[in-house]
Amino acid sequence: MSDLLAGQGPLFANPDPDAARAFFRQKKGALNNKLMPVSEAVAQFIHNGDYLASGGFGTNRIATAALHEIVRQKKADLGFAGHTTTHDFQILAAGNRHGHRLLSRIDAAYIVGLEARGLSTQARRLMESGDVDVCEWTNYALACRFRAAASGIPFLPLRSMLGTDTLKHSAAKEILCPFTGRKLTAVPALYPDVSLIHVHESDCHGNARIKGITVADYDLARASKRLIITAERIVSTDEIRSNPNATLIPAFCVDAVCHVPFGSYPGNMPGEYFSDEQHLKAWLNAERDSDTYEKFLTTYIYNVPNFETYLDRCGGTARLAELQKLEHL
Amino acid sequence: MSNYNAMELMICVAARLLENGATVGVGTGAPCAAAMLAQKTHAPNLLIVFEAGGLAPVLPAMPISVGDSRTSHKALMATSMCDIMETCQRGVVDYAFLGGAQIDAYGNLNSTVIGDYAHPKVRFPGSGGANDFASFCWRTLILTQHDRRRFVKQLDFLTTPGYLTGPGAREAAGLPANCGPYRVITDLAVMSFHEKTRRMQIDSLHPGITFEQVQAQTEFELGRANTITETLLPQPEELRLLREDVDPHQYIIGR
Repeated sequence: MSDLLAGQGPLFANPDPDAARAFFRQKKGALNNKLMPVSEAVAQFIHNGDYLASGGFGTNRIATAALHEIVRQKKADLGFAGHTTTHDFQILAAGNRHGHRLLSRIDAAYIVGLEARGLSTQARRLMESGDVDVCEWTNYALACRFRAAASGIPFLPLRSMLGTDTLKHSAAKEILCPFTGRKLTAVPALYPDVSLIHVHESDCHGNARIKGITVADYDLARASKRLIITAERIVSTDEIRSNPNATLIPAFCVDAVCHVPFGSYPGNMPGEYFSDEQHLKAWLNAERDSDTYEKFLTTYIYNVPNFETYLDRCGGTARLAELQKLEHL
Repeated sequence: MSNYNAMELMICVAARLLENGATVGVGTGAPCAAAMLAQKTHAPNLLIVFEAGGLAPVLPAMPISVGDSRTSHKALMATSMCDIMETCQRGVVDYAFLGGAQIDAYGNLNSTVIGDYAHPKVRFPGSGGANDFASFCWRTLILTQHDRRRFVKQLDFLTTPGYLTGPGAREAAGLPANCGPYRVITDLAVMSFHEKTRRMQIDSLHPGITFEQVQAQTEFELGRANTITETLLPQPEELRLLREDVDPHQYIIGR
């Protein structure tokens, strides 16, 4: 059929299921002890040139400590899945400055905005600079790409994107359904080289539990070749085995487990603490002036030895107690 | 309480369009506020679904993010994006409720770029879940400010489908049949889409606003519904709930 459209956007990751199967076959040691500091996990499992994905939903259940560490360690030439990435994308955008190129390829479904809070000046600057290659998607399309990968198949069909420029600037292709003859959008499986997911509880092997909405993380965990888990609490494997229904991510998906209490701060963590709107606003405001922004990043990312220090600089236990209270309206 | 701003007016008018018992997928920002106001007034059984996985919460405060924990407060279920979007895709959800940077005569939306795609003057977030919601839900409601920069003849980028190029275009493109834009709510008027041409037409004018004033703020030619009514003003109780319960920190109504 000659009238079937193929998106002209770049495809950043190989959707081939046999290549992925070969990788997953050699990934052993599910029940090793994977506990380590965030700095070590980022150094060991995130390589320059990797394709990266960030779990949660922008300012909700994000792996902030790992995102800061990626910027601090000056990783370079990363691909990135912009599946409602808001504060997480804003953090990584700090890495594309002074000639350094932390991000080079973006699959964009929702980027540069922080929803009702407004647009990030620095994330916009990055996207308007031409410094990165971009491919357009929708949130559901990216979620389906993770699901196809998690299922071990090369693509999934869906019924959105059709008729729009979003499809033209994506790497999706129109296909005809072999049963009904209907036109569908085929989206290619996306196997990230490495992903970050913040969870409520994990054991030392990475058997992990999430409370509240799961967004796309069930599939993202399974689609990722390597996975760094940061967890509010570390629990015993006996505890995990006492309630297997509660496990969302099984150990064989996971490469590193990092204990990071308040690890989604300044984002929201369902049932634990609400987002710190003051700090997020301060971040947005600091971005508007380059000197202010430079000082802001020095205080909150570069000149920060670890995540506890970051939390202290943001108001420490007093502020965190307020956010815990706000969460339980 | 007689004074209100344009955003408060839009939210009150939009909230009334959501009937009790309906299902609605809401986008970030003003649509969240309108859906919550509807739930607090005439539609306590409004089933609000959020793309990140919140299914039918009783909203205690307006979500700042469509994935924050307010979206699953006393919810019927905390689920996933695929589950929510597939629920829409199989025809369960009545309304999509969205905002947008630019809109054209057929209700197509741009939330991706202003200017040339390769060298954008302004980069916006992109589709998010908007394209999916507007492709799948039966009726799309759009809430936006009314001016010539937004109501344009030609979008810089077609992010989210309205009626595309006119009657039958959605179906020809492969989108689910018999859905599309339903109402556009602005600070000047409420618009619908002509049954045959699928072009935007004025349904009701806000008090003190004339057809010509709305046309002057619109690049493309607006139609007229058979009868054009006057929009009911925001009522004191609506404004009180909006200011005290829905958006006390003025994230949306302070704009």
